[in-house]
Amino acid sequence: MTDFLQLEGVSKAFGGVRALSEVSLALRTGEVHCLCGQNGCGKSTLIKIISGVHRPEPGARIRIDGETLAQLTPAESTRRGIQVIYQDLSLFPNLTVAENIAVGLHGGPVKPVNWKRIRQVAEAAMKRIQVQLPAEAKVADLAIAQKQLVAICRALAADARLVIMDEPTSSLTRTEVDALLALTLELKRKGITIVFVSHRLDEVLEIADRVTVLRDGVKLGTYDAKEVNDRKLATLMTGKEFNYACVARDRPPTPTVIEVKGLSRAGDYADIHFDVRAGEILGITGLLGSGRTELALSLFGMAPPDAGEIRVFDRPVRFRSNRDAIAQGIAYVSEDRLALGLVLEQSIAANLTMSVIGKLVNRAGLIQDKLFGATVRRGIDELMIKTGNAGNPVKTLSGGNQQRVVIAKWLATNPRLLILDSPTVGVDISAKDGIYEVVKQLAAHGLGVIMISDEIPEVYYHCHRVLVMRSGRLAGEFVPGRCTETELKEAVDA
Amino acid sequence: MPEPFKRLAQTHEARLLLVILAMAAILLVATPEFATLQNLVDVLSANAFIGIMSAGLLVVIITGGIDLSFAATASVAQYAALTIANRAGIGWPGVFAIALAIGLVLGLLNGVFVNSLRTSALIVTIATMNVFYGILLTLTHGADIFALPDWFNAGIEFVFHTDEQGAKLAVNFQIITVCVVFALTWLLLKRTNIGRQIYAVGGNPEAAQRVGFRVGGINLLVYGYMGALAGVASLVQAQFVQSVSPTALVGRELDVVAAVVIGGTSLSGGSGTVLGTILGVTLIAILKNGLILLGVSSYWSMFSTGLVIIGAVIMMALETRKHRVVAEKGGAA
Repeated sequence: MTDFLQLEGVSKAFGGVRALSEVSLALRTGEVHCLCGQNGCGKSTLIKIISGVHRPEPGARIRIDGETLAQLTPAESTRRGIQVIYQDLSLFPNLTVAENIAVGLHGGPVKPVNWKRIRQVAEAAMKRIQVQLPAEAKVADLAIAQKQLVAICRALAADARLVIMDEPTSSLTRTEVDALLALTLELKRKGITIVFVSHRLDEVLEIADRVTVLRDGVKLGTYDAKEVNDRKLATLMTGKEFNYACVARDRPPTPTVIEVKGLSRAGDYADIHFDVRAGEILGITGLLGSGRTELALSLFGMAPPDAGEIRVFDRPVRFRSNRDAIAQGIAYVSEDRLALGLVLEQSIAANLTMSVIGKLVNRAGLIQDKLFGATVRRGIDELMIKTGNAGNPVKTLSGGNQQRVVIAKWLATNPRLLILDSPTVGVDISAKDGIYEVVKQLAAHGLGVIMISDEIPEVYYHCHRVLVMRSGRLAGEFVPGRCTETELKEAVDA
Repeated sequence: MPEPFKRLAQTHEARLLLVILAMAAILLVATPEFATLQNLVDVLSANAFIGIMSAGLLVVIITGGIDLSFAATASVAQYAALTIANRAGIGWPGVFAIALAIGLVLGLLNGVFVNSLRTSALIVTIATMNVFYGILLTLTHGADIFALPDWFNAGIEFVFHTDEQGAKLAVNFQIITVCVVFALTWLLLKRTNIGRQIYAVGGNPEAAQRVGFRVGGINLLVYGYMGALAGVASLVQAQFVQSVSPTALVGRELDVVAAVVIGGTSLSGGSGTVLGTILGVTLIAILKNGLILLGVSSYWSMFSTGLVIIGAVIMMALETRKHRVVAEKGGAA
């Protein structure tokens, strides 16, 4: 097999901070090559060198199709068929699917638009991977998985020979991920080389031919995907051993925090029964459309149920809005933390106190500095947020620390039930581990926790009980340790 | 109703058209002067300035920018071109070239500032608006020009009807120019790749950069276009009122912004159509004309323009909300 791309001795530093040192990488034509590593390991820098955005330090050698290149510019990289699908997809929400796919035709100096040709190019690209998208629909109106298909079609329309996908699965549900992985293999069959960057190691291993692991800007090695498993990769990436065992399941009897009886909401879920006790972590898993998020929103007062009963500490409650839910001690950390949970430009302190700012004021309505400071310190200490200065904007934090800020923000309201919707989406292994630690500690202090997740291992290893939802109904209750991970997975997919 | 027709009926433009037709129907009954050809020609000529400027502003707003300096630009272009015309016999091509060039340069200046300062176009153009007006008022001492060359006052017109009293009905300079500008703008936005780049930049500037579009170049183009149109519009305006005043156009910016927004253009960029803008201008024009014909004081006209803007914004908010619900249901299915 020949190599499409060879990099040798690639180093790069930014303002004295070394991002990559002496990294070599070979990508075989038509292979699926996964790039693994934690945040800050140099993956993004490496991708940007391949796409010509960054120039490596002198001494690096870049060969494409056996031809040595003096330097790689973005234009040259595109001309050679290298296409990057960034995590944000870089699509134009206001333009149609066809125009997005064929956007390359719009380049260059002024010329008339050939709408017919745009349509043809788009149809051809969609046909190549056998997908059907509404060509005249605006991209803004598509679901996220469809948007991803548009991005892939755009790469194909640009005659891609190497497609680099940066975290393509982080916002997809399990079925969508499966479809994407199948599509990746389809591209591979067409002779296209694929670089796949993902935090989800199980997915990586499902489709990869080879895996390259980076840590702190150094390449640890390239491995045949058959030689490694996710545990070994995790250890390579972090230098730490992760051996999760199921959480202890014999717990002393504690009061019931919330109890749900026969809860229904037309079109979303029906006849749901469960309870959560103080100190317990209850997992809820299921595919998209199983009603799990809608159920969580109902518990948080944002989607009123049609029938059934919610009892908090054995008293029936009715939430007219999430204000009522908050007053009853319920906190909800949304899945989309960037859009809904944080004000990225604002300081860590401001974000931490957002939920309780109305309680930190004196009689005149002015903020009391002492109380404010104490709340911020408590949040930072309890959740071990790593920051030198609480006045820094939240966007300066890593994904894992941002997630902790969101949780801390809700803990400031002194909740008795914490609902976490997909708490580890888009954060790397170490940060995930940190979040699990925090959640377990919170539960140990008597908080009831509901953890909603797509990832079976996540609920299996970190919850006391797991509910499986399917098409709006409870499809079973599992106690990890008394069932296997596979049994749980089968229940979800059934 | 057939499917494509149904979809057409749900567009912002269709709703706007309905509102305009309803207003026209009321005026038709309420005042006999409204439905005369003379009134049509008058309304078109009087609103040509706003029409031309709204075409330019549409293009700027689609990229996610804004320009509040165009009225100042137009004032400068108008004053300079006609001062020179009064001293040297340069004729139509001459005044046109001067006004266009001054407008273009001042517009490009906005583009350069927006590109190099990487700050909001709002503050950049508020600043240049003050600078342009300031320079103009200092140099002219605020003096109006009432005596314009005869050939300029005569204008350009194609008379198609003369009634018994000798009043002429003509397709004039104002009407021709506003039509040409709307046609040009439509061609630019819908029929050239540059137009599509303009939409792309407004939809996702970072992605546009990644695809290889020159965002800086697009900014120069749209602010330059806006400036050039301001130069042209300034002549249209001066010819219509038969005089030049350095302060006559002050405050007209907001009518233009209103017309574009009523036309369904989002101030956050990425969307907007020439048809919508034409309808937005029409709505404001008919509203003002109707109130005058009904003998309502001009103060009320401001008040009602405000109400119409609020109404249009409510309509758009409802449209996006409905749209979003549909998209979400469709996405989950």
